[in-house]
Amino acid sequence: MDRFLFLTLDGLSRGAVYAAFALALVLIWRAARAVNFAQGAMAAATAYVGYGVAAATGSYWIGFLTAIAAGLLLGAAVERIVMRHVGHASPLSPVIVALGLVLVIQAALGIVYGNEFRPAPTPLSRSAVTIGGLRLLSPYDLFVFGAVGVVVVALAWIFARTAVGLRMRAAAFAPDVARLLGVRVGGMLTLGWALASAVGALAAMLIVPTELGLHPNAMDLVFVSAFTSAVVGGLESPPGAVVGGLAVGLALSYVGGYVGSDVTPLAVLTLLLAVLLIRPGGLFATTTARQV
Amino acid sequence: MTAEELLTVRDLAAGYGAVPVLRDVDLTIHTGTIVAVVGANGAGKTTLLRTLCGMVPASAGQVVLAGADLRGVPVEEVVRRGMAHVPEGRGVIGELTVHENLRLGGLWRRDRADAARALDEVYQLFEPLARRRRWHGHQLSGGERQMLALGRALVARPRLLLLDEPSLGLAPRVITQIMALLRRLRDETGLTVLLVEQNVHGALSVADEAVVMSLGRIVVRAPAARLRDDESLRHHYLGF
Repeated sequence: MDRFLFLTLDGLSRGAVYAAFALALVLIWRAARAVNFAQGAMAAATAYVGYGVAAATGSYWIGFLTAIAAGLLLGAAVERIVMRHVGHASPLSPVIVALGLVLVIQAALGIVYGNEFRPAPTPLSRSAVTIGGLRLLSPYDLFVFGAVGVVVVALAWIFARTAVGLRMRAAAFAPDVARLLGVRVGGMLTLGWALASAVGALAAMLIVPTELGLHPNAMDLVFVSAFTSAVVGGLESPPGAVVGGLAVGLALSYVGGYVGSDVTPLAVLTLLLAVLLIRPGGLFATTTARQV
Repeated sequence: MTAEELLTVRDLAAGYGAVPVLRDVDLTIHTGTIVAVVGANGAGKTTLLRTLCGMVPASAGQVVLAGADLRGVPVEEVVRRGMAHVPEGRGVIGELTVHENLRLGGLWRRDRADAARALDEVYQLFEPLARRRRWHGHQLSGGERQMLALGRALVARPRLLLLDEPSLGLAPRVITQIMALLRRLRDETGLTVLLVEQNVHGALSVADEAVVMSLGRIVVRAPAARLRDDESLRHHYLGF
């Protein structure tokens, strides 16, 4: 029983990070109708920046905030300099460009930082608190839940309650109509990419210390898990991304705990395949009306 | 340009890629009038409105609104210059609520207090929208969507309103209400309207002037009453 509890809590902790990353993917999908396959590489780059600043300043928190700021800038730069100029005649065009960005970013990180795994310290203890013989969450796990919770609530508030959120939604749902109403759609797109990249940076800073450490490819498997989470929940649904993330985190934790950690990459891909075959729109997909 | 001229169009040409649609279009619209643009399918009516607001770039000619040249002005800036466009199909954003759609129409305005007043006025003007403010756009009927599209444009307090086929898909009773509302807005607020319509009877019943387009050109410009009452003119250019 305590093993099940441990795996559940560990799965939820990881799942929270997948949820944050999935939310980043959903943000860009809703804004630009493109899956940002470079999200993982971009997040890894911002984690390198964050941990570099943390090491230089001696403060994890300064590094943490710097990573998020770097995410904002990197997302805006990628949209303005690269993705804005990608033709949309074929839906494959943004995908191919994003994959190219992955290669460029990871190669650049390898050149600058090398290809060895670098340890990434956590600001809080990762030792689970034991109560009554049961291993519960660690202080770091609580920090992860709290950080992701703040992000989810903040994004929900921005989109539902603020003028800029309304503009972003209008620009995503109906860009031509939004322009007629005075919405600077290009600016909203840049903002969407910036926010998504910042969320990805947060996810990277949270999960890198729990894996093998900093590496140019550190976020590859996380991206696959997060993409699966977004697909499970539905690419159109921010709440779906959160639920999908937690579900994937739990599934992978149980598979890793009861079957073996070597099988978890296979489990992620199997889950992705199953969702695409059975319910490709995701669990939270709504019926789309079509005018005939 | 006299003080009463709101929109002046000279030698306007536009098209889609290599296909020219508008040719040598000259048009002057005076403040506080409703001008109807009628003509057969493919005459260029919708393209005219899309070119005026910048959705289709003009290949030649000039568009001047209240003395300001609109050449090169991005689409999202045109509403700030005083021109609001309700596109064909209404452009209601179905994923947003009624209130969000309306609010969106005035978000660009710096005078937040007046934008809020304009929103209240729209709710008073369109009582069904006030009752359905939390409904999403896709839940509304055709007539309610037309009210929403029109209300959203009015929140911007435009000087010139471009309306593309507002009667499309609506019941005759609703069309009559929409046309009566346009007359009322013209009379009470001095709103200027450029109205593209396939429903010629409805358009001529409300318009002050009428413009007939054919093959991308304006072929007739006359008082709406004359076009409505002159059988030979109507038969020659409108086919009935």
